[in-house]
Formats: sequence, C-alpha cells, structure tokens
Amino acid sequence: MSPPAAESYLSDGRTVWSWLTTHDHKRIGVMFLGLTLFFFFLGGLFALALRIELLTPGRTVMGHLAYNRMFTLHGVTMVWLFMIPAIPSAFGNFLVPLMIGARDVAFPRLNLASVYLYVLGASVALWGMFEGGADTGWTFYTPYSTTTGTAVLPVLVGVFIIGFSTILTGLNFIATVHTLRAPGLTWMKVPLFVWAIYGTSIIQVLATPVLGMVLLLVALERVVGAGIFDPARGGDPILFQHLFWFYSHPAVYIMVLPSMGVISEAVSAFSRKNAFSYRMIVYSTLGIAFVGFFTWGHHMFASGQSTFGSGAFGAMSMLVAIFTAIKIFSWLGTLYRGSIAIESPLIYTLGFMFFLFFGGMIGVAYATTSLNLHWHDTYSVVAHFHFIMVGATVMAFLAALHYWFPKMSGRCFPKKLANGAAVLIIFGFIATFVPQFLLGNLGMPRRYADYPPHFQSLHVASTAGASLLAFGFLVIAAYLAWSLRYGAAAGDNPWGSEGFEWRSASPPPTHNFTTPPEYPTGPHEYAREEVPHAA
Amino acid sequence: MNELLRRLFFLPEQGSTFAVKVDHLHYVLLLTTFAVAVGIGAVGIFFLVRYHRRTASDPTPRVVAAPWMEALFIGVPLSLFLLWFVLGFKQFVWVMSPPQDSLDVYVTGKQWMWKFTYPGGPSAIDRLVVPAGRPVRLLLTSRDVIHSFYVPDFRMKRDAIPGRYTDLWFEAPRPGRHLVLCAEYCGLDHSQMRGEVVVLPPADFEAWQDAQRRNLPVAALPGARTPESMAVRGERVAAAQGCLQCHTVTGAPHIGPTWLGLYGRKEPLEGGGVVLADEAYLTESMMDPLAKVVAGYAPVMPGYHGRLSAEDSGALVEFIKSLRPPRPGVTAAEEPVYVPTGR
Amino acid sequence: MPPEAVTEHWGSEDARKQAAYLGMWVFIATEVLLFAGLFTAYGVYRSVYPEAFRAAQLTMEVGLGTLNTFILVTSSIVVALAVHAVRGNRPGLGGALLLVAALLGVVFLVVKGVEYAHHVEDGGLPGDAYRFTEVPRVGASLFFTLYYLLTGFHALHVTVGVSVLTVLGVRSASGTFGAGYATPVELGGMYWHLVDVIWLFVYPILYLS
Repeated sequence: MSPPAAESYLSDGRTVWSWLTTHDHKRIGVMFLGLTLFFFFLGGLFALALRIELLTPGRTVMGHLAYNRMFTLHGVTMVWLFMIPAIPSAFGNFLVPLMIGARDVAFPRLNLASVYLYVLGASVALWGMFEGGADTGWTFYTPYSTTTGTAVLPVLVGVFIIGFSTILTGLNFIATVHTLRAPGLTWMKVPLFVWAIYGTSIIQVLATPVLGMVLLLVALERVVGAGIFDPARGGDPILFQHLFWFYSHPAVYIMVLPSMGVISEAVSAFSRKNAFSYRMIVYSTLGIAFVGFFTWGHHMFASGQSTFGSGAFGAMSMLVAIFTAIKIFSWLGTLYRGSIAIESPLIYTLGFMFFLFFGGMIGVAYATTSLNLHWHDTYSVVAHFHFIMVGATVMAFLAALHYWFPKMSGRCFPKKLANGAAVLIIFGFIATFVPQFLLGNLGMPRRYADYPPHFQSLHVASTAGASLLAFGFLVIAAYLAWSLRYGAAAGDNPWGSEGFEWRSASPPPTHNFTTPPEYPTGPHEYAREEVPHAA
Repeated sequence: MNELLRRLFFLPEQGSTFAVKVDHLHYVLLLTTFAVAVGIGAVGIFFLVRYHRRTASDPTPRVVAAPWMEALFIGVPLSLFLLWFVLGFKQFVWVMSPPQDSLDVYVTGKQWMWKFTYPGGPSAIDRLVVPAGRPVRLLLTSRDVIHSFYVPDFRMKRDAIPGRYTDLWFEAPRPGRHLVLCAEYCGLDHSQMRGEVVVLPPADFEAWQDAQRRNLPVAALPGARTPESMAVRGERVAAAQGCLQCHTVTGAPHIGPTWLGLYGRKEPLEGGGVVLADEAYLTESMMDPLAKVVAGYAPVMPGYHGRLSAEDSGALVEFIKSLRPPRPGVTAAEEPVYVPTGR
Repeated sequence: MPPEAVTEHWGSEDARKQAAYLGMWVFIATEVLLFAGLFTAYGVYRSVYPEAFRAAQLTMEVGLGTLNTFILVTSSIVVALAVHAVRGNRPGLGGALLLVAALLGVVFLVVKGVEYAHHVEDGGLPGDAYRFTEVPRVGASLFFTLYYLLTGFHALHVTVGVSVLTVLGVRSASGTFGAGYATPVELGGMYWHLVDVIWLFVYPILYLS
C-alpha cells in the first residue's frame, strides 16, 4: 500500500532534538503516551504501597502521615498526570488527524507547547513530592488544604500548569475537527472516537479554567491568607466544593468519554460490523458533555446542601447515566451477528462493558440520594470510581494500546500472551475492587490509614487482587517493550479494520497521506448489502 | 430474607429506622444491577461463541438499530432510573426533615475527636448516649476543618463544617452500641477519629442523664472550673459580644427584636413572608443577619460570621431558647432543665 | 512530501483562517470561564456580607475607575478602526492606531497603579494584610481580596494585550499585513475587545451599585 517514497514518521529525523522540536501530531502523541505510561507506573507503585499498608489494621509499613501523602500522590498522579491526558493527548493526538484525513492538527505549535506545559507541570508537582508531598487528597478540600503544613503549594501549581496543557489540547482538537476534515467527510461520517475526543475537548476547554482559578485561590490562601475559602477569615469552604466539582465532575467525563470512543472503534473493528446505532452514540456523547456540567452537586449530598438542590442534582445525574446505558446497548448490538475475533482489544472491550455497567449502576444508586448517605466517602465510592476509571478507562486504554500498537510502531506483539494478560488483568481487577465495594457497604470510610479489625478480611482480598493486577501490568509492559524491538512487521492493516486511521500506512508517513482519502461511507462499513435491523 | 440479603451484601446491622427503609431500596438496586450485569456478560459471551470469527473474511450484514429499539432502550432504563430516584428522594426528604419532638444534641468535630453536648448538660467526648425509640437530632459543627459524622449502622452521615451548622436526625429502635466514624478526610489521625453511639432504654437514659447532671456540681470542687450549661454560657457571650445592646430579654422591642419567647415564634419578614425562628434561622441571623430581616426593624445588624466560635453561636441559640415567657399552668422547674420544645 | 496541489484542503489559507477564528472563540470561552469563578465568589460573598461590601465599595475611587473605563472603551474603538484600516489595505494607518490603543492600555495600567498605591497607603490590602481602619475587617477583607484578584487578573490581561497590540502595530506599520492577510490583527483585536468586555463587568460590580 504505502509507496516507498513516503518515509515513516519514526524515521523522519532520528535525533532526540528532532523529537523535542517536532510539530508532528504523531510524535507528540507518542511522547504523551510515553509520559503518561511513566506516570501510570508511578501511580501504580503508590497504589501498591497503599494496598500493602492496608493489609493489617494499625501500622503495617508506614505511619499515618506517610499514608496520607501516599494516597494524595496516588490520586494526583493518576488523575492529572495519567487519566486526563492518557487517551485524549496520547491517542487523540495520534489518531484524530489520521481519522479525519488531515495532515496535522490545526495548531501544531500549540500542540507542542502543550507537551512542554505538561512536562513543566508534572515536574513542579513531582518536586512537591520530593518536598514530602501534600497530604490533602487530590480534592484539596478547604480549610484542610489551606492549613496543613505539607507541600501543597507545588502540587497546586503543578496541576494549574497541567490545566493549561489540557486546555491547549482541547482547543486544538475542536478547531481541528471543525476545520480540517477532509472533503466529503461530513459530520455524520466522522469516526466515533473523534466524536468522543470532540466531546471531551468541549469539557476540557470550558471546565478546566474554573479549576485553574480555584487552585490559584487555594494557593493564594496559603501564601497571603486571601480568606476566600477559610471560615476563620469569613470565607466559605462549601464554595470551594461547588467550584471544585464544577470542574471535577465534568473531568470524570474527560477521563471516560475518550475511553468510550476507543471501545466504539474496537467493537466495530473486531466484530467487522458498523456501529449498531451511530446516531445514538454521537448524541449521547454530546449529551454527556452537556449534562455533565449540571451534576456536580451530587458530590455534596452529605454537606448540608439544600434538600431540593440535592434532588435536582440527583435527577440530572440519572440523565447522565442514561447516556451511558445507550452506549452499552449500541456496543452489544454491534457484536450481534458480527464476525468476532478473539483478540486482546476485544477481551478488554468485554471487560470494559461489564465494569462500566457495574460501576455506572452504583453511580445510579448514589443518585437516588438516600442511598448516598450511607455510601458517600466510603470504599464504595472508591470502588465506584475505580470501576469507571480503572475498570473502564484503563481497560479502554489497554485496548487502545493493543489495537493501535501496530499502527504506531509498525510491529506486532505476541497475541496469545496478550490475550492471557488481558484475562489476568480482568480477574485481577475484579479481585481488587469487588472487595472494596463490599468494604464500602460495611461502612469503611475512604482515606483511612488505619481501620477497625472487622474490615481486615476484605482488605486482604483486595490487596491480593492488586498484586495480581500489578503482575498483569508487568507482563504487558514486558512483551510490548520486547515487541517494539523484536516484533514481526505488522503490515499496513494487520486487523483488517475499516477504521479511517488504517487508510494510511503503518506507521504513517510524516504527512499521513500520500493521496487524499475519499469518504463515500462512514467508518467501519464492512457489509455489502443493507439489513434494516435485526431480521 | 432481609437478614440474608443484608449479610450477602456485607451491610452492617440496621441500627436506625432509616437503615431499615433504605436497605430495601439498596437490595432492589443491587439485585437489579447484578441481574443485568450477568445478563450483559452472558449476552457478550454468547455473541462471542455464536458469532466467533471462522475465516478472515466472514461476511457480516449491516445491522442498524430501528428507531423503536432506540426509543425502547432509552425509555425503559430511564423510567426505571426515575422510579428509583423518586423512591430514594422520598426517603431522602424524610431523613432530612427532623421530627418535632426530637431530642437535641450539639456535636462539635475537632481534630480528631467528637464532642457531644446536651443543652442542659452534660457534655461528653466520643460517646453519645441516646434513648431508644425517640428521634434524636444532632446539630453539627466543627472547630477546625470539615469532618463528617458517620454511623454505618444508621446508614447516614453528615458533614460538620466550621462556621455553620448542619443537622442530622435518627431514631434508634433498640438499645445497643454503634460505631461512629469520621468520613471526611481531616488530616493525620482521620482514621482514629472514632466514637460510639450508646442507645439506652428510655428509662435508663433518663437515669443516666439525671446522674450525670447531679454529678456536675459534685465534680466542681472549690477552685475547679464549674462546667456551665450552654444557656449560661450563651448569656455570658451575649453580654460580651454586645448582643444585648440591641436585643432585650424582657419582651420590649429595641433596635432588634426581643429574645424573650423568640424561639419557636413565627416572625413576619420585611418584604413579606414569615419565618419560623428555629435553630437554623437563629444561626443564620447571627451569621448573615440581613438575609431575613423581621418586619419593622432596620437592617442594621452586623454579621458575626467569623467572629463567633461554633460553641458560642450554639450557646447563644440555647440562651435564646431558654428565654421563654412564663406560661400559666406550667410551673417553673427548680433547676434549668432542658425541655424539648415544639416548633 | 506530496505536491501541494493534491493536498489543497490540508493547508489552504481559508481553512487556516477558519481554524484561527474558531480557536480564538474557544479561547475566549475559556477566559470567560476563568473569570466566572471569581464573579461567582464575588456574588456569593456580596450576598453574605452586603453591608461590608457596600461600605468597602464606597471607599473605591469611582473617578479613576470611570476614567479607566473611558480609556479602555476608547482603545477598543481605536482597535476596531485599526482592523478596519488593515482590511482596507492601509496597514500603516492600522499600525499607528494599534500603537495608540497599546498606549491607551499603558495609561490604563498607570491609572490602575495609582489606585493600587492609594489602597496600599490606606491599608486596603487583601486577606491577612488588611489594615484599612475605615471599614471593619469582616467581609471587607474579602471584598478587597476579590478586588485585587479581579482587577489584578484583568491587569494581567491588559499587559498581555498591550504587548500583543505593540507587536501587531509594529508589524502592521512595516507592511506585514494587508487586505489579503489580516488574520493576526483581527485575532489581536478580538482579544482586546474581550479584555474590554471583562472590564465592563468588573467596573460596575466593584465601583458602582
């Protein structure tokens, strides 16, 4: 397929300098991928330390202060350094221009700037870790965060800078999708992954500045005693929670929408079927991006928020849940009468659907408001968002990593081993987080360095599961690293996928396409004849 | 059945009337979730086996969801979700509205302990004693950072926030002991901020309270600080903060409304409407006086947000509550005993 | 690299211009939400401490604030004229007007600085540094904190805007832009109008009402 004249983006300049100064969206995506994987590894180490400490009540390996810092580091690293940039900045950057037939994103220089801002922000936050680390949790609730004596400031500033990186990425994608789609690629033919990234970008651009301002206010509170959120100075700590969740609830969708996009692509590619309901997925993606802005109060049912307010936020949260339910329906429908290949991305996809449903339904239970009073701030919440963040987003991240590994590197990985690792990850996940859900039922609050002994058995089960999960990740890291060097050449389209990104060579040449692609149909059209619906 | 499901889902004992109600919704939701999750898994695996790829170029049909299927799949879960929401929100409203005749206890969170104060005394650290079969209302606040008062056996929690009051009520049907935890991260010893609720039979509770109160003066040996009741403290605070320059305790209106008999009265508001002068309104009027000004008075009172400590504002409320006009037929108690008041 | 003729849609001037405009609008939305957090905080605390806010507001120098409003609105008009001039292929005039607008921005900053100096003299400082004896601390210190945050952030934007206008003015005067290529001037103008519009919200809530 690829004419020999076009050089792959990997060989177009081999020096480190050529990478550091690149404007190529693919190289920027690969850099983001490397960086986020590094922070995923770091965050994983913190998580393991937490799980080991929780093996026994009382002190196991670290004291309370070390534990409190550790869970803060875990949260900050995983949320801001891994989850938020992982799929949009890494895979989004690599794939969106390929999928819409563009040569690059709309603002390549801003794109490079977002890498540097990310590195700068991450470095400042890391420096805070060397200073001992903050002990506020990733939520920075005032007035604790304004009064504690730990290194909160560098972490706040680091996250603030990363916020700008996020905004630049989002701005870039919005402009790219609007203006650089190839001729003939109408909105309703745009791949679902692009739609997901587009929805994510809207959230990033509109919510992140509010977070930036809030973090800055907390920082000022620490430096000059600004008093905005400090009751001792006349401020209101609840205002912080409102502003914080106005960003951080939509941020949940920044983390999960792109993963839904990945699954929409993978499900079609590995069952050789068009999306069962393309329209519903598109509208529900935009619906989540919109309604997600009006649900933040569901984090505050126990804070003394007015009963009516809690009810309104609960009802809005139910609407968000329905958008997710619609997608699960469409993915299952896509599998129906397909030609399903059992490859690692598909295994992750099945895990994703199961975990997303389970985690989502726990979320629905919280939105009933009355059940939330028991579960709020317990391990049930911890399990709930790990079902969504790990069970769904990390599964989708792994699916993306395997599905597009040949696209990015031009090489294959050992498929049998990958399938085994996928099954291992899924079981490790269940063993880690189902006990945590039950712990929440039993009433174990989150962020506890120590606990009454009747919680211990479930904690031991969870730690055992976590070690299984960690082993699974190591296996994946090992064979992917091996394949980068020794993997067999993949060819242009090893999965036989009709996704638009596969229309260029693998790995793609610097400017993606040698001839402009044409778009007579939408993505993933495998069939020749039309069947209106289930016959 | 209830017991079986409770154990299956690892739920703790049902220690309050709310726990019994909410657990049923809990079971329904979790069973539905499990059933549908198993269904999704089964369908996924069935498709996997049934439509397993045989050759690299298996033909597949183009299948698109019909509009009626889309409508069905939006409609059914949505109506189910909204039904659950209605059921849950009814319970929520119920549990957010304390009944009239509840026993009030002030709760102050502080790194890392809980302090419980009964309006007529005594007060206790980390141990809340309440009677069985009677609603108890907790008025929560915090002296430093945000805490959250959480009793897993009661299935409820409420944040204790510095600078404002939140409330929470429960009714424990049976005598017993229940663990109290802090559910909002509050620093170093967050996980050690535990307490317990001891539910006594009503007669035992009365006896306990009497004994505690009788012990108060005995404990106060000459030279030792006499523990003062909240109302007494409130009187001292009112004098110190200058409240009495504008508010009388004799029934005569001055710059502000009199405090005599204020508690429990319905006050007409400037700009229409009435407000019931309960704990919430009194606290609000200290912190944000101009939000609801009683008709006929000038909006001149300064806000005391940030100037009154949590204990002091609670003490003021108790002081105001103690100022009741003498009512015919009710003999004055010999000592200031807290009488739960109808609102 | 493929020949440009085949790949026209990939780098055409039209697509780039469209992308630049859209990018600017998205950026403006971001900026608005950045300030929205502060406006929310202002609204909340004004409702909590109405009398303290009133009292603190009365100590503001309405004259200087109004003067600044005039300066900023005038500069916005000048920028609009500059954009018009560049579009009409008179880049020299456009450049001069842009520099005038930048100068007005500097005057704005100077006036703001004078105001700040007065506040510092009175002790009207944010947060713990509050020493203003005329208005009691509770609530008023929050007003001053928000005053400095709102005007400070705005001044930061003015500073950025002044630099942008200066660069654009110099480049325009040297003939870089014209009727065929006015996008950077138009984007710079949009940014300046944004700065102006934000001030039109900051000014009344801090100085008037």
